[in-house]
Amino acid sequence: MTVAERDLELTGRPDEALPAHANGPDSFAWWGMVWLILTEAALFATLLVSYWYLRFRAGPTWPPDGIDKPELALPLVMSAILWSSSLPVHLADRAVRRGRQRGLRFGLLAGWILGATFLTLQFAVEYPQVLEEFTPRTNAYGSLFFTLTGLHGAHVLVGLGVSAWVQVRAWRGAFDERRHVSVQNFTMYWHFVDVVWLFVLSTIYLAPHV
Amino acid sequence: MLLAAAAVSCNGDAPSVLDPQGESAQRIDGLWWLMLWISLAVLAVVAGLMAVAFLRGRREGLEVDASSSRWGEPFVVVAGVIVPVVILTGVFVVSVRDLNAITREGDDAELTIEVVGHMWWWEARYPGGAVTANEIHIPTGQTVRFEVTTVDVIHSFWVPQLAPKIDMVPGRTNVVDVRTGTPGTYRGQCAEYCGLQHANMALFVVAEPPGEFERWLENETAPAASPADQAGLDAFLRSSCVGCHTVRGTDASGTLGPDLTHVASRETLGAGTIENTRENLADWIANPQTVKPGAVMPPTEISAEELDLIVEYLQGLT
Amino acid sequence: MVSYAERLEAVWHEGTGLAGFVGTVDHKRIGLRYLYTGFVFFVIAGIEAGLLRMQLAAPDLEVLSPQAYNELFSMHGVTMMFLFATPVLSGFGNYFVPLMIGARDMAFPRLNAFGYWVFLAAGVFLNSAFLAGQAPDAGWFNYLPLANAEFTPSLAIDFYALSLIFLGVSTTAGAINFLVTILKLRAPGMTLNRIPIFVWGEVAFALTVVFALPALTVAAVLLELERKFGFHFYDIAGGGDPVLWQHLFWFFGHPEVYLIVLPALGLVSAIIPTFSRRPMIGYTYIVLAELAIFVISFGVWVHHMFAVGLPTIAMGFISAASFLVVVPSGTQIFAWLATMVSGRLVLSTAMWFVLGFLVLFVIGGLTGAMFSAVPFDQATTDSYFVVAHFHYVLVGGAVFPMFAGLYHWGPKMLGRRLDERLGKISFWLMFVGFNLTFFPMHVAGLLGQPRRTYTYHAGLGWELPNLLSTVGGAVFGIGILVTFVNWFRAKSRGAPAGDDPWGGETLEWATSSPPPEYNFETVPTIRSREPMWFQPELRGGAQSPEEGGRPLADGHATLSTTIGDAEPRAVVHMPHASPWPLFLTLAMTVAFTGVLFSSWGVAVVGAIASVAATMGWLWPRGETQET
Repeated sequence: MTVAERDLELTGRPDEALPAHANGPDSFAWWGMVWLILTEAALFATLLVSYWYLRFRAGPTWPPDGIDKPELALPLVMSAILWSSSLPVHLADRAVRRGRQRGLRFGLLAGWILGATFLTLQFAVEYPQVLEEFTPRTNAYGSLFFTLTGLHGAHVLVGLGVSAWVQVRAWRGAFDERRHVSVQNFTMYWHFVDVVWLFVLSTIYLAPHV
Repeated sequence: MLLAAAAVSCNGDAPSVLDPQGESAQRIDGLWWLMLWISLAVLAVVAGLMAVAFLRGRREGLEVDASSSRWGEPFVVVAGVIVPVVILTGVFVVSVRDLNAITREGDDAELTIEVVGHMWWWEARYPGGAVTANEIHIPTGQTVRFEVTTVDVIHSFWVPQLAPKIDMVPGRTNVVDVRTGTPGTYRGQCAEYCGLQHANMALFVVAEPPGEFERWLENETAPAASPADQAGLDAFLRSSCVGCHTVRGTDASGTLGPDLTHVASRETLGAGTIENTRENLADWIANPQTVKPGAVMPPTEISAEELDLIVEYLQGLT
Repeated sequence: MVSYAERLEAVWHEGTGLAGFVGTVDHKRIGLRYLYTGFVFFVIAGIEAGLLRMQLAAPDLEVLSPQAYNELFSMHGVTMMFLFATPVLSGFGNYFVPLMIGARDMAFPRLNAFGYWVFLAAGVFLNSAFLAGQAPDAGWFNYLPLANAEFTPSLAIDFYALSLIFLGVSTTAGAINFLVTILKLRAPGMTLNRIPIFVWGEVAFALTVVFALPALTVAAVLLELERKFGFHFYDIAGGGDPVLWQHLFWFFGHPEVYLIVLPALGLVSAIIPTFSRRPMIGYTYIVLAELAIFVISFGVWVHHMFAVGLPTIAMGFISAASFLVVVPSGTQIFAWLATMVSGRLVLSTAMWFVLGFLVLFVIGGLTGAMFSAVPFDQATTDSYFVVAHFHYVLVGGAVFPMFAGLYHWGPKMLGRRLDERLGKISFWLMFVGFNLTFFPMHVAGLLGQPRRTYTYHAGLGWELPNLLSTVGGAVFGIGILVTFVNWFRAKSRGAPAGDDPWGGETLEWATSSPPPEYNFETVPTIRSREPMWFQPELRGGAQSPEEGGRPLADGHATLSTTIGDAEPRAVVHMPHASPWPLFLTLAMTVAFTGVLFSSWGVAVVGAIASVAATMGWLWPRGETQET
């Protein structure tokens, strides 16, 4: 095999060739995603702390102003759907590292469908119900509820967009065992969005019941 | 630096932090001098080392001295880590002791005065019903507790010669205790930026011996004196003034502006903007927006005769 | 055979026409743009300061209306902090980090270009508030409820909040770019303990941005939701709390001060060894101190709120942390002093600025330590004493190092020397003028003068310090002007600088002045913390392949190395010039303008255009690294 066929590139030093494509921690993009996620985590943390700050300022009754405690059944179903989407995405990531295109394509597709289901339930089913009781303008509780869940929903939406982008490229055969950092980055981002939901769920939905 | 500090403490007219007349302010003053002396010592050491480096300097040749320095790193650890930690720990302990002394939570104040911040003046309410503005009398030799809050934006209650400043925050009531043995008038000023006329939001704390203070409070608690000339009161009650101002003992009961029941006893108008003279008072009533642009009070459009009657009346409210 | 230089020139040249100008991704061009644009904002904010000082020269003056005064002091603060200090230090970092670590560009060159464009757009966006006659007027920390829709119904605060959100995109992009660049693009052999301290300063800066900036973004987004849509976060009536704003703002705001000072301290650490003619003493301590400041700076935000009426015990903790954060600054100062004392000082203009910095930063640090003592803070916060303090820290601690940087690195960037005599005149005017301006403010503060007051009455003892400050401000301004003149004079007719005018120790001195677009003919192998002093073969920027250099001349590439030991792992092909970062910035500007005026149609169009521009940017063209 030639150097190019083995996906290597000459550095100009005598007899030295290095990989011409970088994945995972060797690639710049992977680290870019790591730092993006860290700063996003700080963003969510700040918002969650703001929620707790205003909750404790508000006194013992929470939610205030006669608002009922949040309903749990739907959010738990949504959680199950969202979290289960991480599995096919993870499998897609594993498949591409071994060069398996079918696993990549269908794993991403399954993750996308589950994510889209979550988002549909949130915007089309949950929000209309909640809005009948309170809106973001009702009080700080309402503002926090919609800001936190809305920001998370926006992240799911962005994730679906990125997934669609990666899927188009996957179907065009852009990825293989040597070149797949986009898939890795999307996977990392998607897992992050799922982990954030754990904190949103426990703060917004579970904590008022405790 | 030291000279400047000395100049600050000797400046007779200024509301100086370094001319402390209250017990809290005296503690702060002590902390300042301690920290100033330490700072000067540190500065001297740094300047000395810079001087040594300077004298060893040269103007020509760029060869590099790569020899390792035996004392270098130990020096950095001692001078740059251990010594600062020791000094700062000491200062921290002293400052916490002072902080505890100043806050004295749950302690036995002999008089509590509520102070409410407004854009841009101070309302003071005494037990017994006296309400005044921008001039707060207190008795000497007693611990006076100020409970401060605001009706609009954040202000900060600061009388440098008496006590640390304390913010007036919507939805909260903060306290600061003052105890002074020295009679006098102590100037203070809003210390948190609060909008257009933040600069003209001064107050005066007048400390006087308890007997004098009692007489003052008795007078302030009483309703307004009946006017020498009924026409003045009538003109006042006809005017737009009553929409915003209260004069206890009359029908004027507005709450937006300062209580005027004893307005003539005050030294200034507009929270320290101008002196409370007859001309200034007339000017203030007619054109507050040129005296203090942006003040909440609108110009009062009345005839010169009416204005004269009102001023005459207000001047009688001692 | 064609030389490496010619082959590299062929692939790295960006073109000089409009496409090259708009599309450039060269970190050096972008770095210079940050510097020039940042200094333009410096001049604007400086003129604002001059007007403020004229108004305060004597009691009861009417140079400015109260409204104008309040707008000018607010814009002065916002501009200096966000549009001057941070971008200029990013500019130095952009230009010199890749050079100092032996890389051919930043990790994400297009993101780098994007960061600059967004900075420019956000700066213009904010300053256009003057044209709209609705400049922000609630101070740089913009306390609620003064800044809510009830007390400030105009667009002033929307200009403020939206431009900070917008600018945050640029700062975050820049920070991530620095982090990945420094982690992954270091020349082989540049292990962690060989990274130049200036580069460590940029690491501390970038870490601070990553973890602290989101608090400002959240604060500003919540504020806009409250102002534009009637949400409740900061208003008592709706169950909010105005103090939440203070917590969020200062959780960002205090680290913000360090994220300005840390790279500036790094700059000082880049200059001191060169002009002491010896390696830095206490390298490890300085690096650890910078990282310690980054960590501790997250625990001190409440010391801006000691007068808010918080529990004593909380104030005690924050007070302790505030005292603690003084220590690492002291460590660095004594490491520098040890280096200077055991070396042999060369008194170049850059070194004069560093010496001036040392004096001013020590004074600012000492008054800073005083503010850690809660009772003293409660007495003097929000007085002119605090104004004096933070100007000593920020002007002494950041602006003087920046000017040192201009004299130190000017020859590298311009290829020509600045005039040293003019430089020293500038230094002395600035040093004397600065002290004359800001030292009397300590006095005014102790005499009870609160900050942010547009006027004061006679008879309170405040006349003299204020007059001195105004006179000093003029001297300071003239000193700054002299350096600007010096810079442009050097640019057109300075003496040629040569590769290494000062005998510097770090890699940027290996290559030509100004460096070629590909920085180094060969990506060098590093064997020392001061490579230029101990690896003579590096001179000329062309370490031969036999000595460890890697030409990578077959494409538009740089090396990816491991984080700890900088061992080469891959050849990474870098993106070429592209106009898409500019297009995306323009689309985002449309979106933000739409939000500003509540023109939701415009905002949606801008948002859709932004998505389209992002797709255009990322569209695979088979040339770049696969991302």
